[in-house]
Amino acid sequence: MINVRINNRMKAGKKKKTYSSGAWFFLAPAVIVLFLVGIFPLLFALWNSLHQFILPKVHSQGSFLGVWPLFDAPFNWFGNYVALLTDQSFQEALTRTLIFLVINLPIQLVLGLAIALLLHKPGNELLKKIGRVSLVVPLATTFAVVGLMGRLLFNLDFGVLNYFCSVIFGHRLDWLADPNLAFVSISIMEDWQWTPFCALILFSSLTMVPVEIEEAARLETDKWWHILWKVQLPFMLPGITVILILRTADILKLFDVVYTMTRGGPGSATELISVFVQRIGFRVFDQGMASAQAVVMLVIATILSRLYVKYVYKEI
Amino acid sequence: MATSEAKRGGGAGLGGILHFLALLLVIVVCVFPFYWMVTSSLKQQNVILASTPQFLFQPTLENYARAFSKFDILKSLQNSLFVALMTVGFSLLLGTPAAYAIARFDFKGKKDIWFWFISNRMLSPIVVALPFFLIARNFRLLDTPWALILIYLTFNVPIVVWICADQFRNIPKELDEAATLEGYNSFAIFWKIALPLATPGIAVSAIFSFIFSWNELLYALILTRSEAKTAPVVATSFMSGYELPWGQIMATGTLVALPVIVFSMIVSRQLVRGLTAGAIK
Repeated sequence: MINVRINNRMKAGKKKKTYSSGAWFFLAPAVIVLFLVGIFPLLFALWNSLHQFILPKVHSQGSFLGVWPLFDAPFNWFGNYVALLTDQSFQEALTRTLIFLVINLPIQLVLGLAIALLLHKPGNELLKKIGRVSLVVPLATTFAVVGLMGRLLFNLDFGVLNYFCSVIFGHRLDWLADPNLAFVSISIMEDWQWTPFCALILFSSLTMVPVEIEEAARLETDKWWHILWKVQLPFMLPGITVILILRTADILKLFDVVYTMTRGGPGSATELISVFVQRIGFRVFDQGMASAQAVVMLVIATILSRLYVKYVYKEI
Repeated sequence: MATSEAKRGGGAGLGGILHFLALLLVIVVCVFPFYWMVTSSLKQQNVILASTPQFLFQPTLENYARAFSKFDILKSLQNSLFVALMTVGFSLLLGTPAAYAIARFDFKGKKDIWFWFISNRMLSPIVVALPFFLIARNFRLLDTPWALILIYLTFNVPIVVWICADQFRNIPKELDEAATLEGYNSFAIFWKIALPLATPGIAVSAIFSFIFSWNELLYALILTRSEAKTAPVVATSFMSGYELPWGQIMATGTLVALPVIVFSMIVSRQLVRGLTAGAIK
């Protein structure tokens, strides 16, 4: 069947892939499993977000068909969502997260690009080899452990980074107790961990630029940014899109590092949105509200990644 | 011409020296926090608390002995390994065919399916943590590795699909067409031709999903109690109390992070090469 169809296509001189009958055979397993594991809890979260679901106050009412747990939480339409609009601490946490994103994503991208160019530049071969391997270290470090490292490195009394501060600036900085500095210090740990990811992706994109084209371009111009912009950038666009989408999603749900390093403190200075939602859901126990907040987050992440795909990288 | 020679490095000239220093800086920054954690795990508490960092010290394994006596760290490492390996296995089993379908077939709703796969990764664990907890409780999956493996599929299958679809797209279609003429059906083409050629991409996605599963904290905090506790959960369990046992914290941190770091460093060549989607030309 497929045979005939492809033969026909080839006869017709069309080389484009158009056969489709087998697609679902390949897709079905993943779709079914992800649907069962991913969609059920998501629907449940949506259901929660429309109820006044405060953990200590609701009671289990058995389950529907043994699958869907039932509770006696009162239905309150869009009450949670309406409350969100006026909830200042939610808006602050959201703003804080967006600021964190807007500051750190460009830093990771630009530093990552710089490192990728360093690794791509000829010369110092041995050091580049070591560099490629050491870039893997931050990337592979358990996220929660990164937070623990941060607490050790930035400690006021014995943190080694603080020691360097006192050598350079003449005094120590109370990184984890000052609201702004705490924000900076979780940013530093986050950038430390993820800049190498950007660097490795961009580096491998750079190696895809055909050598002849790059050589020819080098004869044309002496300026590295011309080559970067005109020759190398087009090859890096898919990689950049991957970085933008993955990093946006990951920053919007960033939890581990903050949880182990500052727990959102001091005050709420580093309480990014996931930490905030976790507090509402599992420490204030307002699951209805937490679900509504989480749904709003999901919508934001989806919109942002749609935009990236649309404007940065059109082909999938 | 001379300046451009220097700019190209070659290990000589001002450009080469700057290049050397910049690379050195990158390496030091990447490795230092890890180095500091490992050395701190070998220090006595009073050496850690010294206000001037001690680079030379008498190493001790005391922290490891104490950490081992307090928690069943070996058990949690075993749990983590089991969960990570199973997650990788199932993610590849489900993800590679899906990636192949997206790379090779045209069908209605393909864009939406692709985006749906990816958006599974956007899903914050916070959104589904409690619902999944309640559902897992119904199925008596709480405190078993299977609850974690199932939920980890939601963010690892997308990674596999993403990286492998890219890899499959770069396999020349002429190969498929030739195989079709040889009488291969589409499953045989996938199994015997596409899959072996996509090995670099598959390896990379396996490595990434291993790292992501090993390192996951939030679900593991919520879905495990004692039996199925994974290593990151144990690593964070020291964090309460007045005076923190820094040496033990860093010892556990090292035990949790070191296996993955060493593994990733060994496969780093693969990792970088696999990210190069155009490996087959």
